[in-house]
Amino acid sequence: MDMLEIKNLHVSVDGKEILKGIDLDIRAGEVHAIMGPNGSGKSTLSYVLSGREGYEVTEGSIRFRGRDLAELNVDERAAAGIFLAFQYPIEIPGVTTMTFLKTALNAQRKARGEAELDAVRFLKLVREKAKPLNVPDEMLKRALNVGFSGGEKKRAEILQMALLEPALAVLDETDSGLDIDALKTVAAGVNALRNPERAMLVITHYQRLLDYIVPDAVHVLSGGRIVKTGGKELAHELEKTGYAAYDADAA
Amino acid sequence: MAAVRETVKTVGEVEKYKYGFTTDIESDKAPLGLTEETVRFISAKKSEPGWLLEWRLAAFRRWLTMEEPKWAKVSYPPIDFQDAYYYAAPKQSVKLNSLDEVDPKLLETYKKLGIPLTEQKMLAGVAVDAVFDSVSVVTTFKEKLREVGVIFCPMSEAVRDHPELVQKYLGSVVPTSDNFYATLNSAVFSEGSFVYIPEGVRCPMELSTYFRINEKQTGQFERTLIIAEKGSYVSYLEGCTAPQRDENQLHAAVVELVTLDDAEIKYSTVQNWYPGDEDGKGGIYNFVTKRGDCRGANSKISWTQVETGSAITWKYPSCILRGDNSRGEFYSIAISNGRQQVDSGTKMIHLGRNTSSRIVSKGISAGRSSNTYRGLVSVHRKAENVRNFTQCDSLLIGDRCSAHTVPYIETKNPSAVLEHEATTSKISDDQMFYCRQRGIGEEEAVALIVNGFCRDVLQQLPMEFAVEAQKLVGISLEGSVG
Ligand SMILES: Nc1ncnc2c1ncn2[C@@H]1O[C@H](COP(=O)(O)OP(=O)(O)OP(=O)(O)O)[C@@H](O)[C@H]1O
Ligand SMILES: [Mg+2]
Repeated sequence: MDMLEIKNLHVSVDGKEILKGIDLDIRAGEVHAIMGPNGSGKSTLSYVLSGREGYEVTEGSIRFRGRDLAELNVDERAAAGIFLAFQYPIEIPGVTTMTFLKTALNAQRKARGEAELDAVRFLKLVREKAKPLNVPDEMLKRALNVGFSGGEKKRAEILQMALLEPALAVLDETDSGLDIDALKTVAAGVNALRNPERAMLVITHYQRLLDYIVPDAVHVLSGGRIVKTGGKELAHELEKTGYAAYDADAA
Repeated sequence: MAAVRETVKTVGEVEKYKYGFTTDIESDKAPLGLTEETVRFISAKKSEPGWLLEWRLAAFRRWLTMEEPKWAKVSYPPIDFQDAYYYAAPKQSVKLNSLDEVDPKLLETYKKLGIPLTEQKMLAGVAVDAVFDSVSVVTTFKEKLREVGVIFCPMSEAVRDHPELVQKYLGSVVPTSDNFYATLNSAVFSEGSFVYIPEGVRCPMELSTYFRINEKQTGQFERTLIIAEKGSYVSYLEGCTAPQRDENQLHAAVVELVTLDDAEIKYSTVQNWYPGDEDGKGGIYNFVTKRGDCRGANSKISWTQVETGSAITWKYPSCILRGDNSRGEFYSIAISNGRQQVDSGTKMIHLGRNTSSRIVSKGISAGRSSNTYRGLVSVHRKAENVRNFTQCDSLLIGDRCSAHTVPYIETKNPSAVLEHEATTSKISDDQMFYCRQRGIGEEEAVALIVNGFCRDVLQQLPMEFAVEAQKLVGISLEGSVG
């Protein structure tokens, strides 16, 4: 069964149409990459999948594991297994990363009718997930994203993903701002989560990330439409030619 | 005080309806209104010594000449002080047989706060078995306190058993003439706690954590006095996170703290009086005077408060930093929702040399509430090398509430170093979206963000109190989003 089934999706923000008819199918186990020029609607797509207010679906539909997403609000979608690694992670002053993670995990477990984890079991779990991502205890004790460097923020996003174990992970430019070592760490973290039950949508500007996270398909989003779909070699091609050939008006 | 009589009447009617009769308690009640006779009646009821009666009467005569303060940013209909009762013998409240008879809404709140079942029963007025565990716990605590010489008892008992201490310290921090409400309290107070920590003693436990249930029958005009002798230490907890209702609308408490050389008092409060209905009707008016006197050198007084209840809060826990090198601290969380009005803050009066103070105030306003921080830092001419740090943060939820910051600074000594920081912020849509994307529901997200905002203050609370206070923060803001 398809994990994600997007049909003729039109989305407006503040009355302005940003996505203009997107069709996209992602099956469980697959990793899809989305590339495309600035302002083409990549983050918009990620927000719409998450159910963010203000992103109005004017036409078309999104089905997630056979369910119409329109029925679910933001936190319900999260509990159902949709995770978004933010392009710009948000600061939550005074709330330690640890507290935030625990609140999120237990909220999701509760929503799914599972027992909440107690402090001891949670701590064990979080340490286990943090280690391969080089997230030190000290960072877990700091307020989430407050004063984190660009790279630390991105690692914290991947840590959240690893902990929440979503069915569908949308990574919005998780590679931007990472040095080469951090990029490898993050990519390894993402790869470790690849499995036949999980799908990923990776938004990026750089083919380099896709050398580490090898996608099953690459889509070019331009002017609110998917203008080209190909295999992983498409990313290499784009690196050379740029997006000029896919100018929204030309397409 | 029309509203008060109305409430009393309603309570009477409800009881009549429920139990088919009203108890005749007239003889245990002072007559309606406030005259010299009322004051004499109260004093006689408590078999007080002559000096205390005179003290009360002086306060009463003074009060007659005073006017209600009007400078706070709160508004309420005029209070008719002659339309209230100033003394009622402790009520034998009708005990319920089981929790099934308690208002389910109340029980739900207890549950959310994580209050243990037995405590829930006591709070809700359900009869509890005589062989209840706590009885022995309380006895053990009392035993321990006695061993180290700590006195912790009701004020009336202290008047009887330790008159010399009471006479020496009562009114020495908040004089009978201090302000309208404090003066009223001095004339008619009937309940309250007395604490005395002898020289060099570190009180072996937080006072009143456990006792708070037993102390719950607090009155309208509470009077608390805590004395920490040289080199002693005590941490005192007042109040209760469970919502408290009271048939008396006006509450005017006075709390006095005295620290002698090298002593320290840490006073923590959680206030969760009934805030009134959606229109703010029926809520408690809380006009409190709290003041600590760092009388000795190197002494320290620290106030921590979590204010979430009451229709109106008018409260400025203060420190007089008289002893050289003494230190005052004020940590406050004031949450207002619905139609609540809060005007709260502190006064740090620097009289001694090298005295320092720290003020951290977190005001959260939601609904249609109004939340004002009002603080004074004053430095006396002779107070050399004074330091103060003030941080005032306001958080707004929604766009129908308001927050105000009114700092006053008076410096008569140029060596003082005073720092003031203030911020006003809102919970952003980005923050809400981020939390919710992680699966955290709307109300829980608000609670989480607000708790983060209050963290510096919550950390000052004793451990078990802090956990409950965190939950309380969330509960107080329920219904403030969406
Ligand atoms: N509230 C809004 N009102 C009007 N236009 C908006 C609004 N929010 C986003 N847009 C526009 O929608 C378009 C798509 O934005 P989006 O953030 O999805 O692009 P992107 O592909 O993620 O770009 P980048 O590569 O720079 O991250 C942009 O032109 C942006 O200006
Ligand atoms: Mg983007």
